[in-house]
Amino acid sequence: MGGWAIAVHGGAGVDPNLPQQRQEEAKQLLTRCLNLGISALRSNLPAIDVVELVVRELESDPLFNSGRGSALTAKGTVEMEASIMDGCGRRCGAVSGVTTVKNPVSLARLVMERSPHSYLAFSGAEEFARQQGVEVVDNEYFITEENVGMLKLAKEANTIVFDYRIPALGLETCSAVVESPIQMNGLPISVYAPETVGCVVVDSQGRCAAATSTGGLMNKMTGRIGDSPLIGAGTYACNLCGVSCTGEGEAIIRGTLAREVAAVMEYKGLGLQEAVDFVVKERLDEGKAGLIAVSSKGEVACGFNTTGMFRGCATEDGFMEVGIWD
Amino acid sequence: MGWAIALHGGAGDIAPEIPPERRQPREAALRHCLQIGVDALKAQKSPLDVVELVVRELENNPHFNAGKGSVLTTEGTVEMEACIMDGKTKKCGAVSGLTTVVNAISLARVVMEKTPHIYLAFDGAEKFAREQGLETVDPSHFITPANIERLKQFKEANRVQIDYAQPVEKDVKKEIPTGDGDSQIGTVGCVAVDNDGNLAAATSTGGFVNKMVGRIGDTPIIGAGTYANNLCAVSATGRGEAVMRGTVARDVAALMEFKGLSLKDAAACVVEERVPRDNVGLVAVSAKGEVTMPFNTTGMYRASATEDGYAEFGIWPSVENWVL
Repeated sequence: MGGWAIAVHGGAGVDPNLPQQRQEEAKQLLTRCLNLGISALRSNLPAIDVVELVVRELESDPLFNSGRGSALTAKGTVEMEASIMDGCGRRCGAVSGVTTVKNPVSLARLVMERSPHSYLAFSGAEEFARQQGVEVVDNEYFITEENVGMLKLAKEANTIVFDYRIPALGLETCSAVVESPIQMNGLPISVYAPETVGCVVVDSQGRCAAATSTGGLMNKMTGRIGDSPLIGAGTYACNLCGVSCTGEGEAIIRGTLAREVAAVMEYKGLGLQEAVDFVVKERLDEGKAGLIAVSSKGEVACGFNTTGMFRGCATEDGFMEVGIWD
Repeated sequence: MGWAIALHGGAGDIAPEIPPERRQPREAALRHCLQIGVDALKAQKSPLDVVELVVRELENNPHFNAGKGSVLTTEGTVEMEACIMDGKTKKCGAVSGLTTVVNAISLARVVMEKTPHIYLAFDGAEKFAREQGLETVDPSHFITPANIERLKQFKEANRVQIDYAQPVEKDVKKEIPTGDGDSQIGTVGCVAVDNDGNLAAATSTGGFVNKMVGRIGDTPIIGAGTYANNLCAVSATGRGEAVMRGTVARDVAALMEFKGLSLKDAAACVVEERVPRDNVGLVAVSAKGEVTMPFNTTGMYRASATEDGYAEFGIWPSVENWVL
């Protein structure tokens, strides 16, 4: 075995004009999460526990688009979704339409372990959460002022605003950017909120796991489900690898992106980085997305065809890196 | 080359002793739906139109677990889901948690064609259906006496409540018998290819008897219960949790693409080696006009036809064939 490895992401598709301060905050959060994961791995926690605890941390922080800080639906509410997969036995759990559960990834894990099903949504998921006694809060808890502002902008413009973290003042000066914005999610209907979060881990026994969590698209229709809770699309883990994706949901679903990485490793015998590169290059067409992956051999890889991806990775031999750009 | 079509009405523990009054209506329905699909292909309708219209017909038939005749949730309600995929463009649409929409598969198609999204569920999907003017009815329309009875029997056979504090075994090998020889799992689906090699797949279901409210199965998950690309189109049926973790529909296509397996071998590999026994069945067609319908359950209601005039129907491993 090659030792443990971990990768985290906070979304693919970053505005090149993102204020420096935001970039720093993002890197600090990614570093903190990586360190959390690394301590857990050093304490011999299994991969499935590590991905859950790291994604919980990402959900609790309002910076990225998951848990608190989730993008808002057209109604101004938050509907969260998440999935988790354990490479051992390919057990999986997923939730969608979660509105009061503080940590959707933990609810997804409970679905996997304590229900007869693999995927629960909306009122059924909320009911299950109560049966399980998980921590619930008002929907308002997840809503940040910043996102309220962005929703308003999105509705007024009713078009894709490239990156919602540019302060409104800056919008005039970056009019060039807005006029020909780097587009994601092709249709002029909503603001693209790329910062889905995810974590993939292989522990020192070679067990892989993956988890992904998100609030979805800004100004999305109530009831819209993206790629994050879909096993094989946003999340996948088997005995060879663990994968978490982020980016344009439609492209990830059509490309069954997470499963694809594992499939080319398994059926074509590609190594991890080769598999990641192949999938990003060949499986996305015009779609924009990124992904992180680990292999049972202790390797870590990431790939994206977007402008930037918030990410961090570390391996047992001491390698550690946090980045946004290429 | 040439067109081909295959459809299913669910795989499961279909006991050989199933009484004629349960078997015959399903058999008749499948033959009828097969003919509808064949006529549509002969009339040069696109595979996407063909799979939608065949699945609509199956949804409307109360003898299958989709649309009217859907199995019931633990609360005695119906929650339907469906998915459609166009192999040429890989565009897809999916819906879950429907309670009043008469044809879930048609709503899935509208999601695919009229929204920037792929998947809508529950209240949001219902609201969208109304906005789009799709036919909706009172939820009671979908509930049949057979399913009320089925739920009752299932609950009685499972008198011990699942203890939610304990880990749950998901790879259940055998269904709990209900004594009437009737399978509790099931789904309907259709795959088709025209003679230009354009492929499409569609699947629709009421889900799993006594399922938790809000439970989503494999049917609306692209790559699990439904998939189509430029090589093949697949619609799977069986135990949703197993089909999902096995990414069944995608794997058939992946084996063809990455390992160069034929449609038949790829489908057989997935059904025999990648999903536990008694958990899955599928129908698939290839761009070349081939058909395969493997299953690892006791039976699967299925029918297929190809342009050369060959048509086939089966429930258990043996089949009946005739010339179109």
